Amino acid sequence: MAAPLTLLLIVAVTIRAVLFRSSLAELIPERVEVVSPLNAWKRVVEGLALLDLGVSPYAGDVFHETPLIIYFFHFVIDYAEIVFMVMTRLVGCVFLLQFRKQKYALEAERYPLDCLELIRTPKEMYYIPLKVAMFYLLNPFTILSCVAKSTCGLNNAVIALFILCTVKGSSLMSAIFLALATYQSIYPLTLFAPALLYLLQRLYIPVNWQRSSFWLFTTQYTFMYLGSLCVMVCLSFFLLSSWDFLSSVYGFILSVPDLTPNIGLFWYFFAEMFEHFRLFFICVFQINVFFYTIPLSIKLKEHPIFLIFMQIAIISIFKSYPTVGDIALYMAFLPAWNHLYRFLRNIFLVSVVLLACSALFPVLWHLWIYAGSANSNFYYAITLLFNVAQILLVSDYFYAYLRREHHLTHGLYLKRKDGSEATLVLK
Amino acid sequence: RPYLVFPKIRLLQWEATEVKEADHVPDTMQTPDVPPPTPAKDQFQEELVIRPLHSGDIYASFQFRTMWDTDFLRGSKVSHYRLFPKSLGQVISKFSVRELHISFTQGYWRTMQWGQPFLPSPPGAELWVWFQDTVTDVDGAWKELTNVLSGIFCASLNFIDSTNTVQPSASFKPLGLGNVTDQRFLRYAVLPREIVCTENLTPWKKLLPCGSKAGLAVLMKSEKLFHSSFHSQALHFRPVCQDWKCKSTVWELRQTLNVVFDLHTSGQGKREWSLFKMFSRTLTEACPLASSSKVYVDVTDNPQLFELSPTTPLLSQAVVLGDRRTYSVYDLTNQATFGQTRSLNMLLRWRAAENMLRPLLHGERYVAGYGLQTGEIHTLMYNNHPYRAFPVLLLDTVPWYLRLYIHTLTVTSKGRDNKPSYIHYQPSKDRLRPHLLEMLVQLPPNSVTEVTMQFERALLKWTEYTPDPNHGFYVGSSVISALVPSVVAMDTNSTRECPLFSSFFPCKEESSYFMRVYTEPLLVNLPTPDFSMPYNVICLTCTVVAVGYGSLYNLLTRTFQVEEPSPGLAKRLANIIRRLRGVPLL
Repeated sequence: MAAPLTLLLIVAVTIRAVLFRSSLAELIPERVEVVSPLNAWKRVVEGLALLDLGVSPYAGDVFHETPLIIYFFHFVIDYAEIVFMVMTRLVGCVFLLQFRKQKYALEAERYPLDCLELIRTPKEMYYIPLKVAMFYLLNPFTILSCVAKSTCGLNNAVIALFILCTVKGSSLMSAIFLALATYQSIYPLTLFAPALLYLLQRLYIPVNWQRSSFWLFTTQYTFMYLGSLCVMVCLSFFLLSSWDFLSSVYGFILSVPDLTPNIGLFWYFFAEMFEHFRLFFICVFQINVFFYTIPLSIKLKEHPIFLIFMQIAIISIFKSYPTVGDIALYMAFLPAWNHLYRFLRNIFLVSVVLLACSALFPVLWHLWIYAGSANSNFYYAITLLFNVAQILLVSDYFYAYLRREHHLTHGLYLKRKDGSEATLVLK
Repeated sequence: RPYLVFPKIRLLQWEATEVKEADHVPDTMQTPDVPPPTPAKDQFQEELVIRPLHSGDIYASFQFRTMWDTDFLRGSKVSHYRLFPKSLGQVISKFSVRELHISFTQGYWRTMQWGQPFLPSPPGAELWVWFQDTVTDVDGAWKELTNVLSGIFCASLNFIDSTNTVQPSASFKPLGLGNVTDQRFLRYAVLPREIVCTENLTPWKKLLPCGSKAGLAVLMKSEKLFHSSFHSQALHFRPVCQDWKCKSTVWELRQTLNVVFDLHTSGQGKREWSLFKMFSRTLTEACPLASSSKVYVDVTDNPQLFELSPTTPLLSQAVVLGDRRTYSVYDLTNQATFGQTRSLNMLLRWRAAENMLRPLLHGERYVAGYGLQTGEIHTLMYNNHPYRAFPVLLLDTVPWYLRLYIHTLTVTSKGRDNKPSYIHYQPSKDRLRPHLLEMLVQLPPNSVTEVTMQFERALLKWTEYTPDPNHGFYVGSSVISALVPSVVAMDTNSTRECPLFSSFFPCKEESSYFMRVYTEPLLVNLPTPDFSMPYNVICLTCTVVAVGYGSLYNLLTRTFQVEEPSPGLAKRLANIIRRLRGVPLL
């Protein structure tokens, strides 16, 4: 495992280093698909310049990073490229480590015999961690995000570390990293439920409302999480001696005042919104992100890792300022569900649409902004299609997962009452 | 024993230093050295300065000054208005205004062709006000004041709000007396999009004591005034000293009108100008309420440049804008000026065009870059003094939808970096306030200093665009304020006869003067959404969200079941009947 991993790391570092030194390094940080007002490198530099001028970075509306990020980059500003490459390496390695501890141990032998072909063999599973790391490190989206020095890479690293700590079973570290991820952008709050479910499962505490051990652990974890979050917020307050950052960071994420185009659904919707309904639709769209947590947790309470994947995917699609870096994070998980391939219904369509949209984004942007021969509707249409493809991908994997679970409990080759081959439908 | 004689210090710039008379001076003429008789509480003076420019155009500048010794700040209302306009007086006492400067300008002043104006103004409408330090809510007073002024001048000053108002910290110090320099009481706003027309001129003329019925104001006819290259009307109100002893202060109201007539469009090609050709009127009498009514024609370049008729015996010299100029003076209070025809029509006949002296300070501004995503603002400042460097204060107000990046600010002179010694930067807040950048830059002699800054264009909400969004958005002019060394003081001729004790230091009289230069306004395009699409966009985006919701809902609430094929129609009917009968189904 070490040799292929080293080779992979070398290839990934080489690609990024080559791009950093080429002329594309000035072009990529300007692309709206890769950076957003929340995590653009240009804005981090601007915030540091404002701090040097003696003006608070949150006095204007350009800087929307958290104070810990300012202070982190204050010290490592000269090594920014290296920092970002290290972060990506970190994520890759972390994915590697966690997927070692795969769910093979949980796949008990209680399944019917004909499902043996559904259960993954150790040989298949040996290569999954490497494939996950490869999917993340060599994904063009990740490479673009790293070369653009978008702080999305840092956020991904924190989430990856959180998943690693959860899988390893250390609840304190998991709570701390989750608090850090929530502190950076609010949406990872929804990952609280899957983390809790996984840790409960690992400690063999059944999810039962009456059991006191369940409540004990839940309260413990909640306190650790909220405590670390409070510590971080208070530390930020003391760093800059003001609460400005709350409205500049969290108020900005939640109220979406900046309508810079990106690959998400929010910008054009709120550019064309009637003033009267603006607040209503902001609330609807933001609730939409958090709203799937409870139903998904109930349905997938025995499969917390898949739940984490679903939550991350939903966050990446429906958040207020998505970028391709967020997409790369959940796409890295896909090799872990290789065994679902036979149940996927739309994978060809979805992958073709995603590829086509990724190619069309820069073309239609150029036509709108530079050539002037298209208008904003073209770019918006591709945004819509891209998001529909992502939603189809996620729901397809969900369908495949549920179907596999059904087959594992009821057998693979199902027969109807009269003995002919049955078809499964959702009813 | 020899004793030293100190020359008398002149405080007023426009006072003539010498008056040369060719003929016998009538007794009714007053020499300026004699102080006027017991001053009335208010007095009114009017004057017109005509300056032929080297490019062949004519620059005419009207100034109407009312000085009034009253107390606006006292609680008891001032009720007896004579020469001072009542509408303005009431506004000033209600809002406790200490200084008010408002200008409406159509056209851009071309410094390189026309030289320096007497009173510079940016294109559009500019308003800056210093409030008294007794005002508690300056923002509220500012909002009401702009609305009241909008009514008085029939201009859309109500568009002035917090998104285009700034509080400069160094650039707009009070022009009158007073020692309050807390910038909390200063407000500055500019509307570059404002158009000036007859509707603005008429209420402005109504503020004059004689209106447009007598005196110099009869020349202000709109059809000729607006058929010009540059037109600017302004109003300046400030406290000044009553006399050179400065024991008491009076309030001064100056109304100025600057207009530049174009030789080619109005002169029909003939290089000949007259008052009648410029204004389609001639002067018949002075305003009876005016204590002084004069017309000055700049004859410094006479007779090389042009020939003036009728000639006048009076000449006056003054140092203005750092240059010593000679003026022919026509005194309208003297009936003899009007001659037999009872009307005064001056005629200027051109001879030759000459190169004019380059103005010492000049500014230019433009937007660089392509596309609708980013851009760069370049401001160029030219210092044409051969050997003297001087500092200038640059004020930039940029609207919030052009997001400036201060870390991309570069200031270069002669190819090298020139770090400003003072930077005051207030970043913008979306939809609340604009960017404010003030810098003190030292301009090296005979050089061009370039200030560049990158910006990003924002996508606005569809309701925030003007009805013609593809026209673009205006960015107000930059203001360059400087103390410029005077041209007169540039004289380094050391062969002239003068005593040694006065010629050691190069400082001479009026060695530097205050100058303000306005750059061009900018017109910037922003990316626009499709304005016909709000309903469609809402429907389509909600559809995509519903697709997500629907597929997840489906998978969450339904389970997999083996599908039993549904029986044929006959069997189903039979089943229904059997169910009714209570018999087992097929």
